[in-house]
Amino acid sequence: MIAPELPGNPLTLDQWRQVEGLTRSLDPMQVRWLSGYFAGLDAGLRQPQSQPASLVAARRLTILYGTETGNAAELARTLATALADKGLTATLYDMADYKVRQLGQEQDVLIIVSTYGEGDPPQPATGFFEFTESRKAPKLAGTRFAVLALGDSTYEYYCQAGKRLDQRLEELGGQRLADRVDCDVDYEDPAAAWTAAISDQLASEAPAVRPSGTVQHAALAAPQSAYDKRNPFPAPIIENIAIVGRGSSKETRHIEFSLAGSGLVYEPGDALGIAASNDPTVVSDLLSALDLAPEATFELKGQTSTIGEALAHRFEITAATPRFLDYWALLSEAALLRQLQEEDRAGERSVFLRTHHIVDIVRRFPVQNVMPQGFISALRPLQPRLYSLASSLSATPGEAHLTVAPVRYSLHGAPRSGVASGLLADRAEIDTVLPVYVQSNQHFRLPATDAPILMIGAGTGIAPYRAFLQEREARGISARSWLFFGERNFRTDFLYQTEWQSWLKDGTLTRMDVAFSRDRADKIYVQHRMKEQARDIFAWLEEGAHVYVCGDAANLAPDVHEALIDIVAHEARTGREAAEDYVRSLQADHRYQRDVY
Amino acid sequence: MTETTVLDRSRDLSQPLDRLGPDESMKDRSDYLRGTISEGLLDRITGAVPDQDDVKLMKFHGIYQQDDRDLRDERRRQKLEPAYQFMIRVRLPGGVCTPAQWLKLDELARAHGGETLRITTRQTFQFHWVLKDSLRPIIQGLHDTLLDTVAACGDDSRGVMCTVDPQSSRFHAEVAAMAKRVSDHVIPKTRAYHEIWYGSERVGGSEPEEPFYGRTYMPRKFKIGFALPPSNDIDVYAQDLGFIAIGEEGGLEGFNVVIGGGMGRTDQAPETYPRLASLIGFVPVDRVIACAEAVMAVQRDYGDRKDRQHARFKYTIDDKGLDWIKAEIERRMGGPLGEARPFAFTSNGDSYGWNTTPDGRHHRTLIIENGRLDLKLLDALRDLARVHRGAFRLTANQNLIVAGVRTEDRPAIDAILAEHFPDIDHFSILRRNAIACVALPTCGLAMAESERYLPTLLDRIEAILAENGLSEEPITVRMSGCPNGCSRPYIAEIGLTGRAPGKYNLYLGGGFHGERLNRMIRENVGEAVILEILADTLGRYAREREPGEHFGDFTIRAGIVREVTEGRLFND
Repeated sequence: MIAPELPGNPLTLDQWRQVEGLTRSLDPMQVRWLSGYFAGLDAGLRQPQSQPASLVAARRLTILYGTETGNAAELARTLATALADKGLTATLYDMADYKVRQLGQEQDVLIIVSTYGEGDPPQPATGFFEFTESRKAPKLAGTRFAVLALGDSTYEYYCQAGKRLDQRLEELGGQRLADRVDCDVDYEDPAAAWTAAISDQLASEAPAVRPSGTVQHAALAAPQSAYDKRNPFPAPIIENIAIVGRGSSKETRHIEFSLAGSGLVYEPGDALGIAASNDPTVVSDLLSALDLAPEATFELKGQTSTIGEALAHRFEITAATPRFLDYWALLSEAALLRQLQEEDRAGERSVFLRTHHIVDIVRRFPVQNVMPQGFISALRPLQPRLYSLASSLSATPGEAHLTVAPVRYSLHGAPRSGVASGLLADRAEIDTVLPVYVQSNQHFRLPATDAPILMIGAGTGIAPYRAFLQEREARGISARSWLFFGERNFRTDFLYQTEWQSWLKDGTLTRMDVAFSRDRADKIYVQHRMKEQARDIFAWLEEGAHVYVCGDAANLAPDVHEALIDIVAHEARTGREAAEDYVRSLQADHRYQRDVY
Repeated sequence: MTETTVLDRSRDLSQPLDRLGPDESMKDRSDYLRGTISEGLLDRITGAVPDQDDVKLMKFHGIYQQDDRDLRDERRRQKLEPAYQFMIRVRLPGGVCTPAQWLKLDELARAHGGETLRITTRQTFQFHWVLKDSLRPIIQGLHDTLLDTVAACGDDSRGVMCTVDPQSSRFHAEVAAMAKRVSDHVIPKTRAYHEIWYGSERVGGSEPEEPFYGRTYMPRKFKIGFALPPSNDIDVYAQDLGFIAIGEEGGLEGFNVVIGGGMGRTDQAPETYPRLASLIGFVPVDRVIACAEAVMAVQRDYGDRKDRQHARFKYTIDDKGLDWIKAEIERRMGGPLGEARPFAFTSNGDSYGWNTTPDGRHHRTLIIENGRLDLKLLDALRDLARVHRGAFRLTANQNLIVAGVRTEDRPAIDAILAEHFPDIDHFSILRRNAIACVALPTCGLAMAESERYLPTLLDRIEAILAENGLSEEPITVRMSGCPNGCSRPYIAEIGLTGRAPGKYNLYLGGGFHGERLNRMIRENVGEAVILEILADTLGRYAREREPGEHFGDFTIRAGIVREVTEGRLFND
């Protein structure tokens, strides 16, 4: 770089050489510090009375989070507060709302991101990942970063989204402020430790103590309430019925909780978390397979508990995790388990974990004298289960409605069921009390304006649309709405049929198309019905419609996504790439939102 | 009524639509029974046809929209609409079909009709449990075998009945052919049926679509039947228009004509009543079509179109006077009716077992309890239809005749019957003569059980008969789930009509061969009271009857029941 070539360069050639030499010797952090120093010096030279130290500019500090269920958002807010306590001002962004072109200008970036499915980022953060991992991503030579990755060790691609960002930012030239920390579903403690360490580190670098930091939140604050995930509300069940007709191949249920007295509030699109306990039969089966008495005790965080109580209420005891596999391989010295631990056996490992619950592993590879302490340490904490709310508080004050299809399958000749869905279907009656909390979902919201809405769902994915229409009816919103619903059989599985019919009659719902896959030999799904209506769907999109997809993540979401691209390509008579861009821009504008699981 | 009396025309076709009942406007605006049925069939959000006008219009196409009433409440709680389904009634003039048609009906019932068929009290088949998407496949399937469902319900001439009893079969073929001709002549001519169900294009034309019916069809249903004495199996006196075959050695000469029969009534509405048809004269064979058209035209023009409860021909006759009506019929026929010829009926039941007619053919009557063909019976009859070379005849008592069997085919038929129905002849005499309508769970009108309950009640009545040594005595028992009377309960010796779940009106005193109405002797009672009354009355019958005296006749003679001499005195 030759000084005279830089426009407006006032330095002499000699001065420039000195700068150039210094620059070569600096690491990026030093560059960043120096840039601040010179900036401060500039101000100081113009205001000679000021103390030089206080003139050093603070680095721009940004927190980015990517979330679907809100855990990462909550941790990001906690981090921002911790930084503010140390006098540091951070700006908080949901990756979904973050203007990616800004990334090149960032100085210190703290990232908290969770992982879904096959190592995927949270759906709302998809755009951020696409940009960051693309060629368009800027060089981040002057940027420092740190990543807190959230994940679930039950899955093969544990914390993969965080790992991807951590690696990519490094590739782009960023400098790690701290090593990445991966958190399992019991993320609270490691996340708190990471938060404390990062805020201490940044505070220690700060050139001077400033009055007090502030949190600048780019996203909406979550509603506050007395009860939350850590302190769920004991809600009584006031209705619990199968809403599929006789002869159905499904068992889908409609469940209503009373939230009376809880002060809990939610919006259409939010989810209800249920802190369900394990099936007592599963607990006793596991204890007998382990040859442990339920009264056997162990110590955890300085507290003594019985294993019976812990297995019933505090730990996941059905699906096995890689961590459990490691533990049991060590204990049993079983050749097969040892083999599965090998690095290049990921595929076999995940198949094994899918087909073997903890009790199956314990039974198949028996171990004598298992210590409760050790066994518990191989388990992960029991996680609450989330269900999209099927009601609107405007229509059903003080109630929370859910649409639940019990998860049931058979393994090794024995019937198995989902922890919460099995509880709700088999062991929860009217007046049964279960601990619940509201899980906000900012990424599944009715439009702020009276825009038309296109709702696409299959099975229990219909739930939030019931909430949407209840809300629109209660608020007297007359904007158009169109629902696509898919299930197996018309006669038995048309969930909430009479409600849609009356909404169609009174105009709350403008149109509805249904696809029942098992009524005919040729299977019809929602994406087929969408394609039949391609012209109108595209017209709605052009008129500003918001699109919602709720339901199965493995099939419905990608099929509907493809259908949308096809519809746009066909109706706009453009190529596939342009259609993909069109759909991507719907996502970027928050006009295409998904709640898939 | 005399010629000089001013005729009251305030309630008939001469009035503008806005002064008539709402159904008249509905029919008028239906565009000859089209309505929006085709659109309704495509509505995927409901298993029903959503437009209420269309639901009524579908009846003219032989289709009743119903729902499984057993599931109504459960489904309402499940936020599901009622389990809508349809009943399709086939038009089968004279109750005769070929083995090929039987096999098609069987195939359609298995594919789309819940694996069941029902033989009705008017000699035809009903498909039940049909879903909306199966309507067209069934109707198109019927079309393949030259059957249709036109006017099987609705305000038009319903399926034309004809005696099928083999013992009356000297003229059977001739009379059955006449029944078919009359049916074809009096059904609606609109192309709507072809357009909606077969997908035919609508073709314009200058010809009126309904030269006889006009835009508003009949005021209500109109029932025609042909009886061949001595059998009155079709209950000719229950028809709006009945023809009683008169023949001598030389062959069929013509028919006595009876008009104004009808069963339907409404509880707590004394102005409604069942009525037996009145004998008004005789027509030769070649005047039958002209007669049918004249009788229907009188009812079309003078029937009450304000109040559907008062719209049947029987009320038109009683309002205008039988003489005036007869004169109007004769005026339209262009000549007087002949004097009624003598005839005699002996029974309205069926004859059983094998019968052989003078033509050397054999006929086997199979008892089908309540006319219900379940899968087991369908299997058996499918086997039979595959080898049978004659015809199948459906009786008005909901039984089935394997008709026209050649002597050499009898062993094969017997073998199939022996294989499938080892108990075929074990039905008691009481059961052979019993009729029940469908009622719950599919019929929308039912107030109480009928088809599902009558067999149980018969078990108990049989016990009473056995105690009294009456097991071999033929007695007619008929049950309907509501007062509309599809099973013709008001001419049974023991009649029962539903009032509420488990509760019935009990009627006694009907004529054994359908010649006399019964009378209600107890209202809205349960099984215990019914059995108590029957035990008492049948006990007296056993002890006090005269030789050959039927139970109905006995109850009149013994003063247990006051005879009903005329329909309008039924409620007195």
